[in-house]
Amino acid sequence: MAKRIDVSDLDIYYGSFLAVQSVNVSIEPRSITALIGPSGCGKSTFLRSLNRMHEVIPGARVEGKVVMDGQDLYGSDVDPVDVRRQIGMVFQRPNPFPTMSIYDNVAAGLRLNAKKMRKSDLDDLVERSLRGANLWNEVKDRLNRPGSGLSGGQQQRLCIARAIAVEPDVLLMDEPCSALDPISTLAIEDLMTELKERFTIVIVTHNMQQAARVSESTGFFNLSGVGQPGRLIEFNPTEKIFSSPDEKATEDYISGRFG
Amino acid sequence: MSTDLRPDAVAATPARNPALRSRRQLPRFAPTGLFGLGVLLGAGLSAATGFSLTLTVVYGVVLGTLVLYVVARRVEGGRKAFDRLVTCLVTCAFGIAMVPLVSLVWTVLENGVRRLDGEFFNSSMLGIVGEGGGAYHAIAGTLIITLLTALISVPIGLLAAIYLVEYGTGRLKRAITFLVDVMTGIPSIVAGLFAFALFALFSGPSIRLGIMGAVALSVLMIPVVVRSSEEVLKLVPNELREASYALGVPKWRTILRVVLPTSIAGLGTAVTLAIARVVGETAPLLVTVGLVNGTNLDPFDGRMSTLPVFAFYQLTQPGVPPEPAIDRAWTAALLLIILVMALNVVARLISRFFAPKTGR
Amino acid sequence: MTTTDAPPAPPRPRRRPGDRIFAGSATGAGILILVVLAGVAAFLVSEAWPAVVAPAEDIPGGDGLTAYIAPLVFGTLLAAVIALLVATPLAVAIALYITYYAPPRLATLMGYVMDLLAAIPSIVYGFWGIAALAPALVPFYGWAEEHLGFLPFFAGPASVTGRTMLTAGLVLAIMILPIISAISREVFGQAPALHREAALALGATRWEMIRMAVLPYGRSGVIGGAMLGLGRALGETLAVALVLSGSGGITVNLIGQSNPSTIAANVALKFPESTGIEVNALIASGLALFVITFAVNMFARWIVNRRADFSGAN
Repeated sequence: MAKRIDVSDLDIYYGSFLAVQSVNVSIEPRSITALIGPSGCGKSTFLRSLNRMHEVIPGARVEGKVVMDGQDLYGSDVDPVDVRRQIGMVFQRPNPFPTMSIYDNVAAGLRLNAKKMRKSDLDDLVERSLRGANLWNEVKDRLNRPGSGLSGGQQQRLCIARAIAVEPDVLLMDEPCSALDPISTLAIEDLMTELKERFTIVIVTHNMQQAARVSESTGFFNLSGVGQPGRLIEFNPTEKIFSSPDEKATEDYISGRFG
Repeated sequence: MSTDLRPDAVAATPARNPALRSRRQLPRFAPTGLFGLGVLLGAGLSAATGFSLTLTVVYGVVLGTLVLYVVARRVEGGRKAFDRLVTCLVTCAFGIAMVPLVSLVWTVLENGVRRLDGEFFNSSMLGIVGEGGGAYHAIAGTLIITLLTALISVPIGLLAAIYLVEYGTGRLKRAITFLVDVMTGIPSIVAGLFAFALFALFSGPSIRLGIMGAVALSVLMIPVVVRSSEEVLKLVPNELREASYALGVPKWRTILRVVLPTSIAGLGTAVTLAIARVVGETAPLLVTVGLVNGTNLDPFDGRMSTLPVFAFYQLTQPGVPPEPAIDRAWTAALLLIILVMALNVVARLISRFFAPKTGR
Repeated sequence: MTTTDAPPAPPRPRRRPGDRIFAGSATGAGILILVVLAGVAAFLVSEAWPAVVAPAEDIPGGDGLTAYIAPLVFGTLLAAVIALLVATPLAVAIALYITYYAPPRLATLMGYVMDLLAAIPSIVYGFWGIAALAPALVPFYGWAEEHLGFLPFFAGPASVTGRTMLTAGLVLAIMILPIISAISREVFGQAPALHREAALALGATRWEMIRMAVLPYGRSGVIGGAMLGLGRALGETLAVALVLSGSGGITVNLIGQSNPSTIAANVALKFPESTGIEVNALIASGLALFVITFAVNMFARWIVNRRADFSGAN
C-alpha cells in the first residue's frame, strides 16, 4: 500500500510571495522521513503541499511536480479531494470533531463521504483503526462518548486512527507531538514505528531528538533571511545528518549554533 | 468625619490647609448617604409645593447630585468631586432609561390581562360587535406568515452567510457584506411598500395576500439572518475544516457535515432571534396583508389577520362602544411582548443546550 | 519579499458536481440579496412614477408632489433629530455605566435588559406612548408653554392630549437607545487596556481615565452608532403613527396641537384607504424615505467600518 513520492523543482507560493523554492526530494515507501528546521522555514508549507492541503488557503498555489508512484498529484485532471484520500494528515493540535463520538470520529472519513458499509464491517474497521493507533484498550468501553473528552495524547491518537481508517498510502504528520506531554509523545513515537510497516510517513518536527529517534531519512529546511524563500538545504539518511552532515548550515543548526 | 456629613457643618468650615485637605477622603458610605440627604431635601421641596412623585424624583436626583458634589469638592478637592459628579450622572442616566421600560411593561400588563382569557384564544372577530371576540384568527395568521417568512429567509440568509464565510472572495464579497449591513437599516414600511409594488405590478393595486406580508418581512429578516449566522460560522475553528479536507472530504460535504453541525446551536439562536425581530412588525403587514374579521388560513388567497395589525385597528378604530376593542388591543399587545420574550428565552436555551458537548 | 511577475493561473481543477451545486447556490443567495436591494429601488420607482408625472392638482393636497412630501420629510427629520439629541447622551452614559461603573454581575443583567428594550415590538411602544407617556407629559407642556413660550419650540397653544412632536421624538429616543448604547458599549469595551491602566497609573480619577483613554478611542464608534439609530428613527412607523397626531404643515413648535406627520406614519395611516394616484403618491414618499435612510445608513457603516480599519481590532 505504501507509496513513494518524488518531488521535483517544487516552488510554493502564498499569492505572489514565494515561500519555498525548488525542492527536489524522493521520499521512500515504508519509512519515516523527518523534516527539521527553524520556525518559518517552510517545512509545514512543504508538507501541506504534498497532499494539496496548501491550496485550501486563498491565493496559495505551487509550481513543479509531486509524483506519487508515477502519478502527478498536480496534474490538471487530478482532483485534490482524491489526492487527500490517498495521503492522510495529522495536525499539530489534536482536532477531533466536537459533534461526534469517538466511534463516529474514527468512521468520519467514510461517513462524511457517504460510503455505504455494513454495520459489522464498520465496527471492524473502527476497532482495527483504534488498535492501529494503540487506543483501543483505552476507549473500547466508551466509544459513544464525545471525542473531545479524551486527554490530549489520546485525542491525537484518535486523530491518527481517524486518518488511517480511510486507508491512505501516505501519512503526513505536522508536529504531531508539539502539544503533548513526554509520555504521550513516547506513545505516538512508538506508534509511528509500528505504522511505518504499512505507510509512508513524513513528519515535521521541531524536536531533533525525535527526528533522530524515529526517522530513516531527514531533510533540513532553512531560509537565508527574512522574506527569503525557504529551501531544502540537505536531505540524507538520519544517521548521516546527525553525525556528519554535508552542509555547514545543517551542522550549525543541529549543534545549536545557528542564526 | 461624621460632622462633615452635615452640609451646614461643611459650609461652616472654611477652606483649610490645602495639603491637609487633599489627603482627606469621604468614607465609603458617605456618597450614598449624601445622595440620600439630597433626595430627602427634594422630597421636602416637592411637599412644600404640593406633593408629587415625579417632582420628588426630579428634585431629589438634582439635589442629591448637587449635595454630593459640593461636599466632595470641599472635602476631597475638585478632581475627585468631578469624578463623583460623573458617577452620579452616569448612574442617573441608567436609572432614567429604566423608567420607560418598567412603565411600559407595567402599562401593558395592567391593561392587557383584562382580556387574557380562553375566549381571546378561541374565537375570531367574525360577527362580533362590542363585548367578547378574540384574536384566534390573528394569532393563526401571525404564526402562518412568520413561518412562511422563516421558510423564505432562513435558506437564503444561511446560504448567503455560507457564501460570505466559506466561498466569498474579492469585490463581490465586500459588496454583499456592505449591502447586507445597509439592508438591515431599510425601514419596515419601505419593505412593505416594496412587496406591495412587486405584487401590484402583476395583480393590480387592490391585492392583499399573506404571502405579500411574508415577502415584505423576508426583506427585513434576511439581512439579520445573514449577519448573525456569518458571525456564528466564523467561530468554527479552521482546524476542523482542515481535518475534514485531509480525510478527502469535498468542501460541500465538509460544510454540510462538519461546519454546520458544529455551529448548529449558534445558528438556532441566530434564527430564533431573527424571528423575534420580525414577529412584531406591523407596518409592512398593514400595507400588504390588511385585516379581516374571519379566519383565513390560506396565505395565497386574500387578506389575513395578524396580531400586530389586529392590535393596531382595535386601538385606532374601536367602534362603539370603544372599551371592549381597546381591551382586546392591549391584550394583543401583551401577547406580542410575551411572544417576543418567549422567542428570546428559547434562543438562549438553544445556545445553552445544543452547544457541542465537551469534557467528561 | 520575493515576488514574481504575475505567473499564469494554474489550470482550474475539475470540480465535483456537489461542490458546483453547493457553491453555486451559496453564491446565488449572496447575489439574490443584491438583486432584492436593487428590486426594492426599482419597484418603488416604477410604482412612484405615476405620481411624479401626474398633474399637480391630482396629488392629495392639490399642490403637487413636492408640496405633499416636503412637510412629511420635515416631520420625519424633526422627530428623528429630537430622538437623536435625547438618546445619544443617555446611551453613551448607559454604555459607560455598564462597561466601567456597574459591578460585573449587574452589568451582564443590564446588558440583557437593554436587549429586551430592543426586542419589544414598535407597536407596543406606540401603545405605551399614547396611554402612559403622552398624558404624563401634558402638565409639562402646559408649564413649558407658560415659562418657555418665548422659544419657538414651546410656543403654544400646548396640546391637551400630549400627542405632539416632542412626545413622538421621546418615544423614538427610547426605541433607539438600545441600538446606540449597544454599539457604544462594544467600542468602549475595546478601548485598549494598556491606555486605561496607564491613565490610572498616572493618578487619574476614573472619569479622567475615561476622558483620556476611552472617549477618544470610542468617538467614531459612538457617531456610527448614533447614525444607525438615526436611520432606525427615520424609518420607524407604528410608534409615531400612534403617538403623533400629525396633520399640519411645517412648524418647529414641538408641543402644539398640529404637527407635521412623518413619511412612515403617514403611509401606514393613509395607505389602507388610498386608491389610484394617492397610492402612487404614498409610494413616492416611501421612495424618498428609502433614499434618506439608505444614505444615512451608508454613511454610518462607512464611519463604523473606517474605525474598524484603523483600530486593528480584527
